Amino acid sequence: MNAIYVLWLRALKQFSRSKAQIVSSVGQPLLYLLALGFGLGPVFQRAGQGNYIQFIAPGVITMTVLFSAMFSGIGLIWDRQFGFLKETLVAPVPRIAVMLGRTLGGATVALMQGLLVLVLSMAIGFRPAHVAAIPEAILYMMLIAFVFCALGTALGSRLENMQAFPMVSSFVMMPMFFLSGALYPLAGLPGAMKVVTAANPLTYGVDGVRGALIGTWHFSAGLDLLVLLGVGGLFVALGAWSFSRIQL
Amino acid sequence: MHTMIEVDDLACRFGDFEAVKGISFHVAPGEIFAFLGPNGAGKTTTIKMLTTLLRPTRGSIRIDGLDPATDSHEVRRRFGIVFQDPSLDSQLTAMENLELHAALYSVPRAVRRERIEKLMKQFELWDKRDQLTMTYSGGMKRRLEIVRGFLHTPKVLFLDEPTLGLDPQSRHQLWNHVRAINQSEGITVFLTTHYMDEAERVAQRIAIVDHGRIVALGTLAELKQQTQTESLEAAFLKLTGTAVRDETAGSADAMRQIMKAWRR
Repeated sequence: MNAIYVLWLRALKQFSRSKAQIVSSVGQPLLYLLALGFGLGPVFQRAGQGNYIQFIAPGVITMTVLFSAMFSGIGLIWDRQFGFLKETLVAPVPRIAVMLGRTLGGATVALMQGLLVLVLSMAIGFRPAHVAAIPEAILYMMLIAFVFCALGTALGSRLENMQAFPMVSSFVMMPMFFLSGALYPLAGLPGAMKVVTAANPLTYGVDGVRGALIGTWHFSAGLDLLVLLGVGGLFVALGAWSFSRIQL
Repeated sequence: MHTMIEVDDLACRFGDFEAVKGISFHVAPGEIFAFLGPNGAGKTTTIKMLTTLLRPTRGSIRIDGLDPATDSHEVRRRFGIVFQDPSLDSQLTAMENLELHAALYSVPRAVRRERIEKLMKQFELWDKRDQLTMTYSGGMKRRLEIVRGFLHTPKVLFLDEPTLGLDPQSRHQLWNHVRAINQSEGITVFLTTHYMDEAERVAQRIAIVDHGRIVALGTLAELKQQTQTESLEAAFLKLTGTAVRDETAGSADAMRQIMKAWRR
């Protein structure tokens, strides 16, 4: 337990000391919010879908959590290359504790970045439905953070060098984000898109955060939670297994 | 007699390449034992197998009577290690690195502070304890890693080329510290190095390895006598030849190059 705690604390210390990471973590989401939010806003309005900022803010918050969580998980590669991973792997601590400590740390950082973007989006005009919406959204954000940090760990355990970062970004994270309904409504999509979005676990995360914040659901709170918990269990098991097999 | 490290017919194969081809040796408690060999001889692979990071394909290992493959948890408690590559967290302070280590090794809180202070003073790092380790010099980082390796009072300390890239002053000081702690705590030291003078100075017995095999093993005097040479370096060259070994750069080296380029 102590090992989990100290590794979690390490992730928080690293984050709080890296001003560049804090600033850059909100830069991209802010661009999406401003450029897409205000750029596509009029079209969205004319199509009878209402305020686009209201629609896209939960999607961008989810994106922030996803990217941060995945990169924390894959950040394992950095620890591998710069040696700190070895320090944790020769310690008399079960590998599963090391993996959980890292994952919880990465997930907490991802949650904080998501909250930062939530505050920023409220500053540019986003309004949650009611006050209780925020704790409910945080629950989904925590789940998303944990699920995708575990997936990142599973990938990071198998990849050995940093070329993996752009690979995972282009072929896992970006597709998941663009095919999740973060940027557009899922209702009335063409058949193939419908299948792909429904098979994407992030879709349920976006739906949960959006449902909690503005009260419009594509699926339902129950289904979103069920899928996130199920996929989460799977990714944690996969991450723990991959991590336990690391040899140096 | 009780042995601290006992290795019998140890081998490790990566695909078609057999990095370690059946080596056997033992190290007595409190002994300083050196493993010398050219690049790619199998030194680091051997250390990885001894320290539970890699599973042997054949042979047996006992550390203080325990098998790293089946009793990894207990074996890990018994050794400290300074890796060939740096392994500190550069975004934490020296103190935080040590406290994290102490927590991972369940060093009791009551003795933690005291031991950290004693070791950091001994290795002349106490005044810099609250600096981020990214601001440390190469020699300071190595000393801190040795302090960390000692922190949980292990029975064996593994040092994998600990003086690589250090200036002569830092090397000299580091070995003095290692010898002092070997005497004061009776710790067994297993080291690898490329510097013959270091092995001559500190090691009680030396194994020379090449192409995954031990080609000679004994005290300095025995090695010189066996090869009829005047120095360890001459003995080493006679045993391993003068051909230069090219090691392919691993991905870690490639990354460090990139990081260096970025910092400019």
